[in-house]
Amino acid sequence: MADTLTGCPAHAGAPVPAYPMPRAEACPLAPPPAVEPLRAEQPITKVRIWNGGTPWLITRHADQRALLTDPRVSNDDCEPGFPHVNAHRAQIAPHTPKLITNTDAPEHTRLRRTVNGPFLVKRIEAMRPAIQKMVDGMIDDMLAGPNPADLLTALALPVPSLVIAELLGVPYKGHAFFQRNAGLALDNSLSADEATAASRALGQYIDTLFREKLENPDDAVLSEMAGRVKAGEMEHAEAVNMGVAMLIAGHETTATMISLGTLALLQHPEQLAVLRDTEDPKVIGNAVDELLRYLSILQTGVRRVALEDIEIGGLTIRAGEGMIFDVQAANWDPEAFPEAERLDLGRPARQHQAFGYGPHQCLGQNLARLELQVVYGTLYRRIPTLQLAARVDELEFDHTGTTYGVHSLPVTW
Amino acid sequence: MRVELDEPKCVAAGQCVMASPEVFDQREEDGVAILLEERPGDELLDGVREAVAVCPAAALRLVEE
Ligand code: HEM
Ligand code: SF4
Repeated sequence: MADTLTGCPAHAGAPVPAYPMPRAEACPLAPPPAVEPLRAEQPITKVRIWNGGTPWLITRHADQRALLTDPRVSNDDCEPGFPHVNAHRAQIAPHTPKLITNTDAPEHTRLRRTVNGPFLVKRIEAMRPAIQKMVDGMIDDMLAGPNPADLLTALALPVPSLVIAELLGVPYKGHAFFQRNAGLALDNSLSADEATAASRALGQYIDTLFREKLENPDDAVLSEMAGRVKAGEMEHAEAVNMGVAMLIAGHETTATMISLGTLALLQHPEQLAVLRDTEDPKVIGNAVDELLRYLSILQTGVRRVALEDIEIGGLTIRAGEGMIFDVQAANWDPEAFPEAERLDLGRPARQHQAFGYGPHQCLGQNLARLELQVVYGTLYRRIPTLQLAARVDELEFDHTGTTYGVHSLPVTW
Repeated sequence: MRVELDEPKCVAAGQCVMASPEVFDQREEDGVAILLEERPGDELLDGVREAVAVCPAAALRLVEE
């Protein structure tokens, strides 16, 4: 088969496509149209990234599962072939201490177990009443304020900001500062220096707070990590970097799921009605996973590098070559999700890869799910007449962030 | 049917607890999975199968005895 492939005029000499790929303007929530034929015909194929490198793009759900749990597939971003998301990430990689985000088992397993405590299912679930109260209050304020309103500033941004500030023990009064810098650190259109300056500013901010917590601990996560540093289980730099990573990772992702999730539901009123008319936690829980699948907001893919040659799908991924796992391609793979292009809040959706797959699967996923369950389970019941106050083609989407998003979402009721 | 947990692989994501709280729990200190029921009854098997399918670390197996 390999012979016929190289001999095939459609593939031989075909230019290596650039990645990330552009979305179609008419379908702003669907994956880039060029992804679909790749998944069908060349599910493992080379793409070109910002620095001219040509890592493999892996688009099928099953191939992603196999490779992302393969011990020969590494997250060590100091490996020369690692396909960095942007120049900023390439620049900071050699200066970043060993963290859960750049290590492999067994070191990754050890590190992840030291930061996992606050994300235990039971501890996250215990935050539900407080998050519910917070969301109720924000919706009260929104209803009492001007109509139309921007859902981003009224709800989508403040919910994850407040929650992550509370979880870490960061005073919320700093939220304008950390919201802005968290956004900058993930913006792939900025120069490496600008993005690095933003993450450094966050680092200094968390470092100062962390030193305070070493003296005067509270019961939040920074203090918990301070305790581990004192006990010699964790390095100071590691704790500060983890604090920054959580602050950044917990922000735009969840905010985007609130805004784009609402947009998707407003475009599918029969699906919105499911959430408006229920209080069943099972129905709401599945709706959250289906929206995570459908939107798959990580638009730059999960990145890895091969440590040894790996045979897969009749090809060989050579040691040292990079790999990009496009999660939206996998989540719209018809072999995993029949009629994947349909938003169907009742379908079995739990096996989506919006949080990645394998040992690095999102640390904050249970928290993100909880926030989304509360928001989706409340907003449309409280405001059943919610509608868009702009045309979809007037909305400005964020095509350069690590996660997809919309700059504002005007709504009326 | 017997559930097997490969503990060194577990990354403590708690997906098993979400899928099947009757059969799985997490250790307080580090979140590593705990098997509450090594031989769950038939009524629990759907939940266990889901846990096996969603475990991101491929640390769970359901074996026929
Ligand atoms: C809807 C919201 C979210 C989405 C879609 C999302 C997505 C992801 C994805 C795809 C990964 C895997 C990266 C990889 O394999 O290289 C990941 C990892 C991670 N996420 Fe999230 N995330 C979300 C919310 C959060 C929140 C709320 C937090 C923290 C409070 C968080 C913290 C992390 C961390 C620390 C990792 C690294 C885990 C590791 O490498 O072991 N995320 N996330
Ligand atoms: S789902 Fe898998 S990795 Fe997560 S806690 Fe359970 S056994 Fe461990």
